[in-house]
Parts: sequence; structure tokens; C-alpha cells
Amino acid sequence: MPVIPGAFDYHSPRSLDEALSLLQQHAGEAKILAGGQSLLRYVEERGDHLAIGAMTREHALEDSSVVRNSYSLLHDTALVIADPLVRNQATVGGNIAHADPANDHPATMLAYDATLVTKGPKGERTIAIDDFFTGLFENAMSDDEILTEIRIPKPAANSGGAYTKFERKVGDYAISAAAVQLRLDGDTVAAARIGLTNVSAVPMRAQGAEAELVGKSLSDAVIEAAGKAAAAECDPSPDLRGGVDYKRDITRVMVKRSIQQAVARAKGGK
Amino acid sequence: MSEHEVTLTVNGESVTRSVEARMLLVHFIREDLSLTGTHIGCDTTSCGACTVLVNGKPVKSCTVFAVQAEGAEVETIESVAAGGVLHPLQEGFWEKHGLQCGYCTPGMIMTAKEFLVRNPNPTEDEIRRGISGNLCRCTGYNKIVEAIQYAAEKLQADAGGE
Amino acid sequence: MPQLDDRTEPHSELADGVSAQVPTTDEVQIKTPENIGGMGHRKKRKEDPRFLQGKGNYVDDVKLPGMLYMDIVRSPYAHAKINKIDASAALEMDGVLAVITGEDLKAAGDLHWMPTLMSDTQMVLPIDKVVYYAQEVCAVIATSRYIAADAIEQVFVDYEPLDAVVDPFEAMKDKVIVRDDKDKKTNHIWHWEAGDKAATDAVFNDATTVVKEKFYIPRIHVSSIETCGMVANYNKVREHMQIYMTSQAPHAHRTVFALVSGIPEHKIQIISPDIGGGFGGKVPVYPGYVICAVASLVTGKPVKWIEDRSENLQADSFARDYHIEAEMAADKEGRITGLRVKTLSDCGAADAAANPSKFPAGLYSICTGSYDMKAAHVEVDGVYTTKPPGGVAYRCSFRVTEAVHMVERMTDIMAHDLGVDPADYRLKNFIRPDQFPYKSPTGWEYDSGNYEAALNKAMDMIDYRGLRKEQAEKRAKGELMGIGISSFTEVVGAGPSKDYDILGIKMFDSAEIRIHPTGKAMARFGTKSQGQGHETTYAQIIAEELGLPADDIEVEEGDTDTAPYGLGTYASRSTPTAPRPTASGPTRAVLPQLRARPPQWPRGRSGPRRRRSPRTC
Ligand SMILES: Cc1cc2nc3c(=O)[nH]c(=O)nc-3n(C[C@H](O)[C@H](O)[C@H](O)COP(=O)(O)OP(=O)(O)OC[C@H]3O[C@@H](n4cnc5c(N)ncnc54)[C@H](O)[C@@H]3O)c2cc1C
Ligand code: FES
Ligand code: FES
Repeated sequence: MPVIPGAFDYHSPRSLDEALSLLQQHAGEAKILAGGQSLLRYVEERGDHLAIGAMTREHALEDSSVVRNSYSLLHDTALVIADPLVRNQATVGGNIAHADPANDHPATMLAYDATLVTKGPKGERTIAIDDFFTGLFENAMSDDEILTEIRIPKPAANSGGAYTKFERKVGDYAISAAAVQLRLDGDTVAAARIGLTNVSAVPMRAQGAEAELVGKSLSDAVIEAAGKAAAAECDPSPDLRGGVDYKRDITRVMVKRSIQQAVARAKGGK
Repeated sequence: MSEHEVTLTVNGESVTRSVEARMLLVHFIREDLSLTGTHIGCDTTSCGACTVLVNGKPVKSCTVFAVQAEGAEVETIESVAAGGVLHPLQEGFWEKHGLQCGYCTPGMIMTAKEFLVRNPNPTEDEIRRGISGNLCRCTGYNKIVEAIQYAAEKLQADAGGE
Repeated sequence: MPQLDDRTEPHSELADGVSAQVPTTDEVQIKTPENIGGMGHRKKRKEDPRFLQGKGNYVDDVKLPGMLYMDIVRSPYAHAKINKIDASAALEMDGVLAVITGEDLKAAGDLHWMPTLMSDTQMVLPIDKVVYYAQEVCAVIATSRYIAADAIEQVFVDYEPLDAVVDPFEAMKDKVIVRDDKDKKTNHIWHWEAGDKAATDAVFNDATTVVKEKFYIPRIHVSSIETCGMVANYNKVREHMQIYMTSQAPHAHRTVFALVSGIPEHKIQIISPDIGGGFGGKVPVYPGYVICAVASLVTGKPVKWIEDRSENLQADSFARDYHIEAEMAADKEGRITGLRVKTLSDCGAADAAANPSKFPAGLYSICTGSYDMKAAHVEVDGVYTTKPPGGVAYRCSFRVTEAVHMVERMTDIMAHDLGVDPADYRLKNFIRPDQFPYKSPTGWEYDSGNYEAALNKAMDMIDYRGLRKEQAEKRAKGELMGIGISSFTEVVGAGPSKDYDILGIKMFDSAEIRIHPTGKAMARFGTKSQGQGHETTYAQIIAEELGLPADDIEVEEGDTDTAPYGLGTYASRSTPTAPRPTASGPTRAVLPQLRARPPQWPRGRSGPRRRRSPRTC
């Protein structure tokens, strides 16, 4: 009966330090169960970044006005993760820490160039998102570390972002999805980062596609070239959601749509 | 294996029980509390038949451990008809034929109940998104959407009348 | 092989006295006053208040004192030899009472195999080998669900994987034999045909146009939101088996259980409580049910088994899985003259179809559909593969979806080849109203119909010609727009025993109505609602027939001890068959007497509240 979980012991720490000492006590044996308590639960702008407590539930991103107004890529993402009921329970930190390329936040955080804050017995450290995903379901944290916060740089002026996801049905993981965050200088793309969902074993950036954009003056041809580059550099596996060629082509379209939307938002100031 | 004492409020009544750490909230509600209106339809958090409100938010109780609900306020379908009077949602489902076998219905109603608190005057599209975490195999959803629209109107009218 | 020709007797006992003229909606008259609430009155469903308040009673809601729980160890291979089952570690666990294997069932009286409704056999639990992925291998009985789930992880099975064969064409080559328990070492199960081969070949020889197509109608799962389950409660003293189960056909299942287990049928009570959707998937008898019943027999305690969604999708019965090759012929006027069909039916590891007809391919020979043609010939072959057994009628009569899909697609292809509008082409080829009663080339008798009027009405409703214009305009602009048309002639209401049968019981249904002295009634049926709303529909039909208010009629189904025998609910059969006996003469005769002399409190007393002692009433 897969519905019945295997046996385990449970501790409900009241502070981060208590959690850390429990992790040390049960080294290698303990797993964090997100979403049980009210520790590490906040979404707020602090100085040059948006700080998200690791245990923040997805629905809090949907409801947050600062996210809706200034972090469109993140808001887009929050709306298409799983379904509304799952979003009431699932956490942002759990989504990222799981390092599942099918999850939506990894691509978004890659596009944002986010920084992750972790705490362990040796104290606090920050990990750049580019260094965080080390393998399928593997991340750069050690067993006794806890992900405490996600920091997203405050978008500069003339920036825009968008997340476009293609799914079989609401609540499903992506066939392919693209996260784009870019900055314009007039009609020229001054900076761009693109993350892709569920088309590689490890959450990936589409650096070839980024290169097609940065420094270029925007045109349909440039956007198409970026889409094609992403289609070429991704590495999907064939499964229930489709074959390799199909997934590549969907990736091309998702990247294009996200760029178009991000550009529109950059021009409109989101 | 470890036993834990949990205390939570279910449908307004405080309950304390000793449970295994791995006991799912849905089993706790159904087996320990004999509130069998909350159903189980899957093992992948997909169907929403098990939806209950935890601290006012609808969640899939098959994906919450009972120990995680320590101190929480839990509401199940059994609490919806206050004082034996059907809630406008229950009326709506009845009136608009929003159910056939009735297995998904408690979950649908719990989801819709909180949805209408957040969004008292929803569009059809918003309703469809709102219930997208609940599956129904029988009705084909149109009638469920109509039922929720009926309830929204009724609740609005009741609120306006006060 | 059943013969389809020579159908001179009337097609249906039930059709007797039914007028051939079917009224259209506008002509239907509401015949009863509001307070009676007979047919045609808008009524909210009587069953809904309990569902709306979480007070339904589904199988998993049933809790009996001392109840044990069962969980099933399933095969990780589609085809494998079983060398050894080691359950010792599981048996040592606290709370584990028993592990039931195929050997145990064999010892209990060859219960490791069971007959299917198709006169085939199916493993309940294996002894030598498994023949599909997720096949039941053995079962653990424990004091809780959680312990049972833990214990199945502690049963160690030594498998020796064998080649699997999942493609039925490959299976037909007999390189891998799925059922080596059979005398004949072949995967081919049966060959069946209907219609006239020679006449059909002749029509094709004379044809001006012939179109061909291959279809695969894939295996699907009905996926009712409630999975299957059972609570079996054997009483050793009474030698009585009480069973709660997710059953669309409780009486038929009682008969099957009696035949399989040897428990006399009068000592078995099956209760099918509220059912969370069936769609055909709760007609078959699954191994889990049989093991659960045996577990209760063995332990003498109530045993609950509730399969989870993964098990339900992996191992329960499927629908469809038909590989079809079809040809359609037309004459020089473009009129359809013939249909020739060859089909491979992938049955999985046993022919365990929930098929209420007398024909192995069910009602597939209805495949000439709504069209008049000179000849047709249909051949179907059943084949074993290493996949779960089954065949259920998902949201239609058995094998009708396959038949309709095929003939409608062929008609579209023919219209397309001839350059004719597909709606016009259908209108041209429909059986005409004056041809009824119509005998189809595969032997079915159609009693009545007016297909042309129906399609014209549908086309008017959607402004078909307008849509075609819009489509042409859009296509000119490079936009795509599709319009699909399909017509549907189904055999419903399984049905007349000439064509239908389960286990030699024949197909029928019964109703029992008790009218209480105060004029209120209790009506019981052998059908079983899974959401169809029988409690309301039947009450309205009885109200219509007897003139009792629908609100005063309690409808009950599902308990074989109290309901009269019936064959259950599937194949769109319940409403056409079950409530019909309610219109019987004897029931009607009682009512005038009741009306003339309703029971009353003795004169001088105004009612029960004044009662002084029980004796006075
Ligand atoms: C039906 C369904 C559909 C879904 N669809 C999507 C989808 O479309 N897109 C999507 O992105 N996601 C989807 N998800 C995943 C979901 O959004 C959650 O991300 C996921 O379930 C994790 O839940 P959680 O936050 O409770 O984390 P948990 O399950 O508690 O944790 C996940 C992992 O991260 C570890 N972990 C958690 N928090 C920390 C921390 N602070 N520090 C270190 N390690 C930690 C845990 O130990 C565990 O290994 C879906 C889930 C379900 C059930
Ligand atoms: S049982 Fe909880 S989502 Fe299906
Ligand atoms: S009413 Fe049957 S699943 Fe919704």
C-alpha cells in the first residue's frame, strides 16, 4: 500500500538551533519535514533583495503584493506549481532543496540568480544558485545543514521576467517550462538569465539561449534563435509526457513565450 | 516507531490522542475520530477527496501527518451544515446536480468553502482554477461549477441582506 | 460458437407492448400532479443530503468489532516463475496474524484458481508463476492497516523472470506461452464471427469504392474515484459469510462467491453500500475479494481490504484494448454496401471480461451502427498477453464504444474519399424510418428509430451549415477549425436472455414493493446505483405507476438478504429493466383498498401523544 508511509520518529523543534542539534544527533538518518511549523516563514524585501523564509508556503507567494507587483517571474511560477491545495501545504524551501528538475522553483531561482542561505553546525553560509544543484535530487548542502532563506536580487529598472509552463493538466509537472528574467537597455537586451524545467536531469540554465539574447537588439529572429538554442541545449528524457523531439520543441516555444512576456513587462516596468 | 500525543481542535471540539508519528491526518480523522465523510481516492496527493481545512486553509489530509496538525483547528465536511441547516454550497450542489456518486463531494465542498471566503464573487474561470486540485470522475465539472456559482450568489445575497 | 443468425423471436421480452413510436421531448407530458412527483417532475435527488453532509456509507467506512486488515504482496514482474515465498519475517512481526499464499488456497479446496464470467479461469494467488505486473502474489492479515503495509515489505519472494509478451500480435506467434496451465499451448483463446462472409466478400467484389483503416483503441482504466474494497465477516457458528463490497452486481457476485467458495448461496450475504463510481470496474470479481473472504474464513474475524489507487490502476480490469482492421465498401452512387472487420482483442492473462452477453466480443457486432448496408462480416480473435486480465464496459454497453468508433470513423473516411459532407453522407446512408423493424446484416433487430430526424435536429441546434461556412472562411485565412459528427446506435439494457447471460442465470431484474398500512412504501431492487441516482429515479417511476407520492417511497438496493435477485447495474440497463415490474397488476390492486380504508386511530382519540399505556393502541 503506497499510501501508507513507512515508520519513522518525529521531533518538532521550536527553534532553528534545536533543529540543527537534532540533525546532528541523528546524523545522516534525519530528514527535514517542511511545512509542519511556523519557523522560517516570511516574504519581505530587505535592502537589495527579496527574502523568503525557507518554510514559506507557496500560497504566500501567490498572495504577497510585493511578489505580485515586483517579482512577476516568481508570481507566475507560484501560480502554476501543483494545485491550489498542494500550494497551501508545500514550501518554497522544500521545493528547492529537493533538487528535482521537475519542480518549478529551481528554474525560476536560476533565472533570478538567487542566493540560498543555509545554516549548519559550522554556522551560516550562502550558496549561489548556480552552485546549488549538483545532481538529480542532490544539492550542495550537507546532511546537517538547513536551508533557511532564499534571496532574490531586487530587479533593476527596465527589468522583466516571466514563467511559461506547458503541462498536461493543472497540477501536473511541466512537460517543459521556461523561466526568463532580463533587463533592457532601450531595445537591446542588457542582461538575461533563462532557467528550464524538467528537460534535464539537473535543473539547468539555458546559457546558449541567453547568449543569443544578450547584447542583441530585440527582434522576432533573435527571440526565435534563443528558443532554438534552448531546444538544442536541453536534454530531456522520453517519458509519459512525450518524446525527446516533442519536448525540445515545446521548450523552444516556452522560451520564446517567456521572453516575449518578459520584454513586455520590462517595457511596462515589472 | 514512536507514539506522540497530539491535541487539536476538530470541528470545534478539542481532541487529544496518542498516535504513531507516521499516522496520516486522513486516517486519524477517519479511523480515530470516525469522521468518515473525508475520503481517500489516491496515493499521490492528486484527487483532493481527502480535503479538510487546517487553520482555515484547505489541504489534502493524506499528505499531512497527524502530528503536524498539533494545535491546529481542523474542519471537516461534518461541520459544514451548521445546526443541521445546509450550507449554501451544500444547497448549491443539491440544486445544481453537482454530484453523482458523492465520493469527491466532501473534498469539493471544503475547497469551495475557503475559496468563496477569499473570492466571494468569482468568475467561472476562477472557480475552475480554485477547484483544480480536486478530481471528480462522475459529473464532468460543469455542474460543480454551477453549484459553486449558486452558492456564491446565495452567500452574497445573504451578506447583503444583513 | 454462438449463432447470430436466425433471430426470429422478438428481440426483447421487455420490448413487448412498448410502442415503436418514440416520442420526442416536446411531446412528453407530465402525467402526475406535483405532490405525486412522477416522471418528468423536477426533483432534487433523495440520496444527496447524506452525501452532502459526509454521511454516505462507503465500504471503507464500514468498521466491525475486531476487524483485521489485509494488504497484498504484488509481482514486480510481468512474467516470472516463483521459486519461493518466504513469509517468516512477516509472520514474526507483532500484529501479523497470517500470510495467505496460493498453496494455502489450494489446500483450502483449490481456491487458488477461480472461474471467470467468460468460462475461463484466473489465478486468485499463484503457485508456479505470475503472469502480469502487480499480480497478487500473497496476502498479509494484520491487526492494522499500517502493520499490514509494513509486513508486505517483509515477505521475500524469489522470482525467476521470464520473457513478457505485451503485444497481442507478438502473442499470436506463441513464442511465449502465457497460460501453460492449459492443455493447448497457445495464446489464442477464441475466434468469433458474425454476419455473412460470402455475401460480404461479394459486396466488396462489386464495390466502386473501398476504404480501409487500422485502429488501435487503447487499454484504458475506468478509474472511479473510490477504489475497490471489501469487508468480509465470516460467522463460524452460523456458517454465514457477510460481505460488504464495492459491487455493481451484488447478487451476481453472491452467486459467483457461492460457486467459488462452496459456501451455500443462502449463507452468503453481500452488501454493496454507497459506491464511489463504478464505470464497469466494479463488475469483475478480483482476486483481492476472494482472498479477503478466505482470510475471514480462516481467521473467523472480519477482514477489511481496501486497494489503493496504484493497485487499482495496475491490476484491476481495463476497458478496450482492441486492434481493429476495417474495410467499408460503397456502390457507384456512394451508398454504403458493406463492412468487413478483423479485430484482435488483447485479453491480458485471462479472459475475465465483465461481459453480460452470450458472445465473446460482447455487442461488438452492433458495428454496422445506424447505417443500412447489404452485408457485413466481423471477426474477432481473443489472445492472452502478460497483462492484467479483464475487459469492462466503460461508460457504455460491452464493446459498443469500439464498434461505434470504428464504424463512425469508417463513414467519415468514406465521405472524405467521396468528397461528400460527412453529415450529408450519414443522412444518405441511415436506416430509413420505414425500414423499422430493421434486421442488421450481423443479425440484430432494431425495433424503432428515426436517425435522419435526430441528426437534422442536432444539426439545426448547432447551425451546422453556418459552422461549415465559418470553417471555410477560417481555413481561407490559414486558421484551423474542426467539426466532428458521430451517430450512435447502442444495444442497451442488458437485457433479453436470448442474447445476454451471466453464468447461465440469464438477464433479468426484480423489484419488491411493500406498501405500509399508512400508504408509505419501501421498494427494493436487484440493481445497484453508483451515483446514477436510482433512489430518486425509481421513486419517480413508482410514483408515476402507482400514484403514491415519490417522497413517500424509500428505495433500497445492494443488500442481497433484503433485495430481490437482480443482475446489477452496468450497460445502461437499470432504469429500462429494474423498475418495470413496479407497474405490475398485483401492486396496483392493493392501492385502491388502502385508499378506501386508510388506517386510523380509534375514534375518540386524537393521536399517539394521548396514549396512556402501550396496550391501548
Ligand atoms: C500532486 C503534486 C503535484 C506537484 N506538482 C508540482 C509542480 O507542478 N511543480 C513543482 O514545482 N512542484 C510540484 N509539487 C511539489 C510540491 O510543490 C512541493 O515542492 C513538494 O511536495 C515538497 O513539499 P514540502 O515543501 O512539504 O517539502 P518536503 O516534502 O518536506 O521536503 C522535500 C525535501 O526537501 C528537504 N527539505 C525541506 N525543507 C528543507 C530545508 N529547509 N532545508 C533542507 N532540506 C529541506 C526534505 O528533507 C526533503 O528531502 C507537487 C507535489 C504534489 C504532491
Ligand atoms: S486521497 Fe488525498 S489527494 Fe487523493
Ligand atoms: S460525484 Fe463521483 S467522483 Fe465526483
